[in-house]
Amino acid sequence: MTAAISVSGLTRRYGRQLALNGVTVDFEGASITGLLGRNGAGKTTLMRIIAGHELASAGSVRVFGAEPLENSALLRRMVFIRENQIYPEFKVRHAIRTASWFYPNWCGELAETLLEEFDLPTDRAIKKLSHGMRSALGIVISLAARAEVTLLDEPNSGLDAVARRRFYDLLLREYAEYPRTVLLSTHLVDEVADLLERVVVIDHGCVVLDACSDDLRGTATRVSGRPLDVEEFVAGRLSWGRATSRSHESVVVGGVLDDADRLWARELHLDLRTLSLQEMMVHVVDQTTEDYARETVA
Amino acid sequence: MLDEATPLFMQIAERVSVEIADGLRTEGQRAPSSNELAIRYRVNPATAAKGLNLLIDQGLLEKRRGIGMFVAAGARERLLVAGRLRFGRKYVEPMVTEAGRLGMSTDELVALILEFGGAVGLPASKGSVTA
Repeated sequence: MTAAISVSGLTRRYGRQLALNGVTVDFEGASITGLLGRNGAGKTTLMRIIAGHELASAGSVRVFGAEPLENSALLRRMVFIRENQIYPEFKVRHAIRTASWFYPNWCGELAETLLEEFDLPTDRAIKKLSHGMRSALGIVISLAARAEVTLLDEPNSGLDAVARRRFYDLLLREYAEYPRTVLLSTHLVDEVADLLERVVVIDHGCVVLDACSDDLRGTATRVSGRPLDVEEFVAGRLSWGRATSRSHESVVVGGVLDDADRLWARELHLDLRTLSLQEMMVHVVDQTTEDYARETVA
Repeated sequence: MLDEATPLFMQIAERVSVEIADGLRTEGQRAPSSNELAIRYRVNPATAAKGLNLLIDQGLLEKRRGIGMFVAAGARERLLVAGRLRFGRKYVEPMVTEAGRLGMSTDELVALILEFGGAVGLPASKGSVTA
């Protein structure tokens, strides 16, 4: 499959700060990718450059083979929704109407349904919406646009658990019916983990993990029990995140555990707990932060 | 609902096989599409498609060009045979091992099984029905 979005050696500098540091990554035609990482890792900058809202300092971004910046034909094929989007002095229905003019695949019927699903008052000024309602408006526009490239930066922020669940279901339904290239950044990693086909973790402006989401499942397990038993089990395995006290030790091991491993762990009275995607991400980021600190000192 | 350690595509495949084994999807009947499974289990459609492909590789589903996927002939029987084998390994083997450790004979073990089987109304032999 040809890449819908192709990012190569992308660097973005703000004064002395490197927001993106030589990022090279492709995103396939029909896919939902989670763009994960801490605040300030570079996720938003990456999306902004893909969406043509910002210039790169070096490197290139191609969307369907073209440069997005000031390319109005291309921008109509992309929708970019970010947290705390600033709208002009608009009412909800004005924002919807404007979007309907802009996006060629706009589905008015879907927009109406979604506005109702999220209880959005169409006559209210956007400035007067709550944080969650503004996020919901962003979701309505991003899904109804049916844009080939859909960039969602913290789309679920400020939404309550019920509304978030509704958003995930709607995203999945829409995507199943009209596949598109979706990039989704969120802090609620575990909530969206199953929706993602692929996971790209960014830290300090670099891609530190890029994997098929389902391949990561079950590849990290926290092992805990008596220190000697834990050490026996862990010996020879990839391990990190060790926490030890006199009578108890807990450590994360990498790799899939098979039935024999599980049986052995039971014999040693060890407790095994599979790490979720979010926990895995935290470990990956911790690791690279340590490496980064070491390099910076050196 | 889905467990953390097993790849999702395998769990999706497992759920569809259970439906076939339970006779909820009969041979020749259409299999659910990857989109249906994706929405039902809240997973990415590509993951669901991978699960369906696994069932095709196992010969439990068959693809009919341009129409979709269907439950293959003999799928249920094969699942039941495989299920019995798995049952033996997972339950009977450890049970027998433990019985040996307790010094029980096979007769004693069988008597115990008949006792518990009777309690839940399991027939003592094929064709016979407990009162």
